Amino acid sequence: MNRRDSIKTIVIGSLASGLVLEGCLPKEKETIYKNVWKYKYGRTPEELQRDLELLNQVFFSKEEMNTIRVMANLIVPPTAEGTIEQAEVPEFIEFIVKDAPSYQEVLREGLQWMDATATEKFGNAFVNCSETEQKSILDQVAFANGEKTKEEAFFATMRNLVITGYFSSEVGINDLGYKGNQPNIWDGVPGDVLEAHGMSYDKDWEAKFIDQSKRNDLAEWDEEGNLIT
Amino acid sequence: MEIIKNDKTYDVVIVGSGAGGGMATKILTDNGLTVALMEAGPFFDPANPDQQLHLKWPYESPRRGRGSTRAFGDYHASYGDWSLDGEPYKMKEDTKFSWWRSRMLGGRTNHWGRISLRFGPNDFKRKSIDGLGDDWPIGYDDLKPYYDKVDKYIGVSGSKENIYNEPDGFFLPPAKPRLHELYYKKGAEKAGVKVIPSRLSIVTKRINNERGVCYYCGNCGRSCGVYADFSASSCLVFPAQRNAQGRLDLYVNSMVREVAVDKNGKPNGIIYINKEDNKEYRINAKVVVLAASACESARILLNSKSTYHENGLGNSSNMVGKYLHDSTGADRMAFIPDLMNRKTYNEDGLGNMHLYSPWWLDNKKLDFPRGYHIEIAGGLGAPMYGFGFDYNSLNKFFGLEVGGYGDRVREEVKKYYGSTIYFAGRGESVPNVNNYCEIDPDTKDKYGIPVLRFNYKWSDYERKQAKHMNETFEKIVHNIGGHMLWDNEGPNYGLKNPGEIIHEVGTTRMGSDPKTSVVNEFEQLHDAKNVFVVDGGPFVSQADKNPTWTILALSWRTSEYIVQELKKQNI
Repeated sequence: MNRRDSIKTIVIGSLASGLVLEGCLPKEKETIYKNVWKYKYGRTPEELQRDLELLNQVFFSKEEMNTIRVMANLIVPPTAEGTIEQAEVPEFIEFIVKDAPSYQEVLREGLQWMDATATEKFGNAFVNCSETEQKSILDQVAFANGEKTKEEAFFATMRNLVITGYFSSEVGINDLGYKGNQPNIWDGVPGDVLEAHGMSYDKDWEAKFIDQSKRNDLAEWDEEGNLIT
Repeated sequence: MEIIKNDKTYDVVIVGSGAGGGMATKILTDNGLTVALMEAGPFFDPANPDQQLHLKWPYESPRRGRGSTRAFGDYHASYGDWSLDGEPYKMKEDTKFSWWRSRMLGGRTNHWGRISLRFGPNDFKRKSIDGLGDDWPIGYDDLKPYYDKVDKYIGVSGSKENIYNEPDGFFLPPAKPRLHELYYKKGAEKAGVKVIPSRLSIVTKRINNERGVCYYCGNCGRSCGVYADFSASSCLVFPAQRNAQGRLDLYVNSMVREVAVDKNGKPNGIIYINKEDNKEYRINAKVVVLAASACESARILLNSKSTYHENGLGNSSNMVGKYLHDSTGADRMAFIPDLMNRKTYNEDGLGNMHLYSPWWLDNKKLDFPRGYHIEIAGGLGAPMYGFGFDYNSLNKFFGLEVGGYGDRVREEVKKYYGSTIYFAGRGESVPNVNNYCEIDPDTKDKYGIPVLRFNYKWSDYERKQAKHMNETFEKIVHNIGGHMLWDNEGPNYGLKNPGEIIHEVGTTRMGSDPKTSVVNEFEQLHDAKNVFVVDGGPFVSQADKNPTWTILALSWRTSEYIVQELKKQNI
């Protein structure tokens, strides 16, 4: 049996025995797959069930979601590199507060505080204020130093979620310049980077490292453990 | 409760499919024996598209990888946690013990950094060196041939260094260091700290035609979909299945309760609860091999009470559960201004650091008896949940404004991306008879099995070692112009709770005196010749080395012994 066949046997074997969604009725199985089609990331049956339940719940109202979207656009403004909408930041925040309920109170009360402040100062809900007005509200809470007030803690939490949501998205990852998560051959730090940092690979170390042109040659050693292939 | 019997009698029943159990499965089936392999969790194959985690993007998880159901993050391969529903464990007095249980095929080999270190000659003879604890009844020379075989069969990348207590092996070539690792090397060497290429069970060069070669996605912690890293499922159990021609039966979701004995008190199989129907079943076998993890195997022995073994099986010495010990650990993080504003490129590399520091000092000249090694992390990693939290807090090191929003966010996030290094000291603790696990008299788990209760306290030996770790990290960081991000104050100096490093061993320790040990040098119970323990339980002392490679070597040696003893009809 060659490698490909043996892997196929294992995979089919494990699927055929129904281990992935064991205990689910066929109808339930179908629903689970439909609802989490987008998120296929190696969950156990219990985790799939949990995701499904969370994805089917709604926490924030349409108005709250709109406020989150507007606020997120102020925290990470749109550029050609990416936008809050492309990064699905509001959807991520809606999910995470159900996933980690400790976020719920601080965010909901903070959003209420923003609207109350906007109404009091400018006679409008936050989303209907001008950008200058909106920023004047954020500026009250965006530069916390040391112990935070409740409103400052709200802003810091929202900012954390917006930034993490943006940079962990497809557009955000490209924007950041993260280049990994794909098959490649690592052969050390690029020369220009080494040079810019005044670093080099020691001459007496060089011989220790993998010769990537021989990576597919079957490893063989002499009796002393010296690699001979 | 009625126990459902099966007429079949296996040569061997193995409890647990991690490093020790996986290796025993492979060697025993290769030698023609019939084996029942019991695993408390589900089947797992990292190449199965429904279970696969490697090469997933952060946004393929709706929580962007947050560790809501897996403590180490969504893409951590290990199904398990510090606590499991319906399976509690207890603690005595002010003990704080953390117990990681991984319930799945391959067990905790799905949770580890693939750091694969041999114990050195000194590591088996610590009492002879510092008068503390005990010597092992075997030495490095007894285990060397098995370490060699493990290296050649499973694969470990590393380099020959000729350091007496860090024995070289049959290495695959290591990968070149990343940029922050070169900084680490510079700072460490200036502080007199030795730095060598890491020793990782990652296949950097083809080792056989059944396993792939590493393609540097850095995802080993997710378990490799092309089997280029070591997990007991992909590297031991699957090859055993392919070769066994029906001699191997794998029982998943099967929670072993106790070792069964015949009317004369001789062990003759195990009793387990099938999680699917919650009924009790029995497996008959000539030989029982426990590999459920140090504490879980101790639990099974202690719960195997009968007229002949009132105290639990193998426990005439009262030593089962005693001498429980974990690696020490203390962590720090530093900001390195020279690593700001980095040009980005793919430096995922291997799924762990490419360099590390083995213990480099002589404890005779220090105020603590045992050593530690240093692991590091850093670089241009994938942005997962938590990335960008307090995004410009490092501004404080330059007296710049912290906080704000708007265009500066992108700029400042990119400025600091990849500019920190994480330091982890992992050391040897001194085994102590007063650190132990035992059966809690009042609590049972959801399967009706009595649970463990832990009693464990660190001593000044470990606290002083942790203090030294912190001082070392500070020197290294100072040497490369960095700033520590937090302090670890005394009296504990950031020493992690016992259990947190997930290297717990010693609960069925090895020795030649049946009064002070549980198993002999072949990991065979002094009290029952046909019962063996092949996980971390038999360790007399833990070294500052990650235990997996030694578990594998010992299990291979024990398995050959089982084959011989069965042939001689001694068991």
